[in-house]
Amino acid sequence: MVAATLVPLGYIVSTLVSTGWDETMRLIFRPRVGELLRNTAELVLLTVPICVTLGIGLAWIVERTDVPGAAWWGPIFAAPLAVPAFVNSYGWVSAVPSLHGLWAGVLVATVSYFPLVYLPVAATLRRLDPAVEESARALGSGPFAVFARVVLPQLRLAILGGALLISLHLLAEYGAFAMIRFDTFTTAIFEQYQSSFAGPAGSTLSGVLVLLCLLLLAGEAGVRGRARYARIGGGAQRSAHRIRLRLGKIPMFVLLAGALAATLGVPLWTIGRWLRIGGAAVWDTGEIGASLGQTLGLAAAAAAITTLCAFPVAWIAVRSTSRFARIIEGANYITSSLPGIVIALALVTVSIRWLPGLYQTAATILAAYTLMFMPRALVSVRAGLAQVPVGLEEASQALGIAPAATFFRVTLRLTAPAAAAAAAMVFVAVATELTATLLLAPNGTRTLAMQFWQLSGELDYAAAAPYALIMILVSVPVTYLLFTQSRKAAGL
Amino acid sequence: MTAARWKLMSGALAAIAVLGATTACSSSSKDDNEILVYNAQHESLTKEWVDAFTKDTGIKVTIRNGGDTDLGNQLVAEGKNSKADVFLTENSPAMALVENAGLFADIDKDTLAQVPEQFRPSTGKWTGIAARSTVFVYNTAKLPADQLPKSLLDLQQPQWKGRWSAGASGADFQAIVAALLAQKGEDVTKAWLKGMKDNAIISQNNTVVMKGANSGQFDGGVIYHYYWYRDQAKTKENSANTQLYYFKNEDPGAFVSISGGGVLKSSTKQANAQKFLNFITSKQGQQVLHDGDSMEYPVAADVAANPALPPLASLGAPKIDPSKLDAKKVTQLMTEAGLL
Repeated sequence: MVAATLVPLGYIVSTLVSTGWDETMRLIFRPRVGELLRNTAELVLLTVPICVTLGIGLAWIVERTDVPGAAWWGPIFAAPLAVPAFVNSYGWVSAVPSLHGLWAGVLVATVSYFPLVYLPVAATLRRLDPAVEESARALGSGPFAVFARVVLPQLRLAILGGALLISLHLLAEYGAFAMIRFDTFTTAIFEQYQSSFAGPAGSTLSGVLVLLCLLLLAGEAGVRGRARYARIGGGAQRSAHRIRLRLGKIPMFVLLAGALAATLGVPLWTIGRWLRIGGAAVWDTGEIGASLGQTLGLAAAAAAITTLCAFPVAWIAVRSTSRFARIIEGANYITSSLPGIVIALALVTVSIRWLPGLYQTAATILAAYTLMFMPRALVSVRAGLAQVPVGLEEASQALGIAPAATFFRVTLRLTAPAAAAAAAMVFVAVATELTATLLLAPNGTRTLAMQFWQLSGELDYAAAAPYALIMILVSVPVTYLLFTQSRKAAGL
Repeated sequence: MTAARWKLMSGALAAIAVLGATTACSSSSKDDNEILVYNAQHESLTKEWVDAFTKDTGIKVTIRNGGDTDLGNQLVAEGKNSKADVFLTENSPAMALVENAGLFADIDKDTLAQVPEQFRPSTGKWTGIAARSTVFVYNTAKLPADQLPKSLLDLQQPQWKGRWSAGASGADFQAIVAALLAQKGEDVTKAWLKGMKDNAIISQNNTVVMKGANSGQFDGGVIYHYYWYRDQAKTKENSANTQLYYFKNEDPGAFVSISGGGVLKSSTKQANAQKFLNFITSKQGQQVLHDGDSMEYPVAADVAANPALPPLASLGAPKIDPSKLDAKKVTQLMTEAGLL
């Protein structure tokens, strides 16, 4: 399995080697790569700080003030995660047809990805021990100083984690940026794929993209450091009191409503508008049913396989401290930080050359999904396994139950909820995946995302609307799950 | 967890596994009365052909959709192992690519007899199935008719900077570049692409070009005719502010691109595959182009174009052998120019 996770990286390295040094250098050091590098860097450098600011701001208002409807706002700002980024792009571009370029990219990326900061920050804010803040205030710090010097440092892990996730998403996103005419490495690799299948130019771009991803991972690990964040000492913490906004209530409420309108309002309103224009004619139930069935089938299979594969890796990660365990876990994270397009390109080439039997079968695309979404399952399963008291397993074995039976009757049972959460998250990721699916889907496959992409590409926005709606509906329950999970995780 | 919840969970997991297994199997089943078409033509048009064909013959058709160039290159990479039986494109260069790799079987004589010579390569390794004309779509408010470019080549001039667009990454546009290359040679093409890099706003595809011209983001763009006619026939939402300009006079911008169809040599269902191409080029198959809403030109069996379109013969297209269009060279030149 470790070998499988390294296939994409190995593919990139081997094509670069077989392309030859001179040709590779010529393909890397050309103006187009410089352009893409600038676009991609600008996108990340603008979007991430905006998402972080927005995420923290919204989380703080929702968790720490008495803004009207505070209890409702909590899950609402997790909801944009149910809208795939390319559907968001469709929403915005049909509301503002002239939208294109860097700022459009920043806009669409921000409304799609800010919850990745908002969720962990809100959860952490909720769990912070107010005693520390009160001490700071007692020592004479004003509210802003307390926020900057006491609260913010404690949010560091949540912010960094969210920022890393957003950056990786920005590098990997294809559909959202293609729709608004903004070129990044991923859109350019896709164009190269369309023009020359799996040629050296595409592989070289992939190599640069992989390098960028690894840089981000290393950067985040470096900044994270090893500081301590847990509460030390006995006693139980209270929940923080909410700041009374008084007159500030109205502007804060307007701010939240504005954010809601921009993130959820625009795509939903657009879809609703196209559904109204399209009327009954766009509901070709045969086509929609067929692609819904295929999507659910692929997503269910990928969810089951990925969760199963996550078990042994999580087991080793939790129960072993060996370097081997770290390597296995690390290999998975690195592969999944590779954009789907790189993984897909690698699998196309590898299967066509060495495993023709697997080429264009469901097996190949399921392998791609597993490689891409393993960490989502891993995080969840690992947390579940970590909570299983080893004592229970030992007791079971002391009572004469074989290790395998113990695993099924004790360990697996206690991890089932975590496994279900893991499977659900992979399920949604697959149900809304576009890039790898476009390259790898078996003959005759039309997933919801593919149908939506084809129809919106032909500017048949009305016919695309039902697919957008269904993709969002499929994702809603899991988004809620993510919301509740983030609260639990912060409490660990 | 209670026993009841555990049962529910394991039941759900079992259901998931079964669902997964069925999807995995359904895609690998093969039937003799079935063909696989690698389709780069518009899906809606191919579906019309496929539905009529299946109704007539009972032969089931599975479609794999993609673009001209990626499917063409994919076929070359797959070589003899390809599962594809038939390849349909929007343009000729990808057909030439597969032909040059020696992967096409000869087309049946009856089929060739249905298609006039100027709409198919002399080699008979594939055939034209439809045609489309290059046009300049322009925003009538931003660009008065007397300021229109006289030739496609004019668009490389500095006065066109930031004013026109094209879907550079698409096979549609690359076919136009291939025609330019075949007609005017490498030096002219290179210079033109350099001018394009400086001047053009790159769009995702033809529809996006038309939409941009319509909303006034730029003055105009190079597309194929039928995108405009289709939108005009529907809501005009993306073309109401625009008109089409035909370059005519055998200008590179008057290029008429031939959509192609071919049968793969490696196909184990030769008879069915040949039957499919025969059907597409037959009177019944070409009538779909006249009656349907594809707005592409029929090329065979003496079927007239949709009455909304100007006659194909009136477009003044340059004469170019469709099998001489070089997709590989075009990709290379466009990559060198920094467009890809």
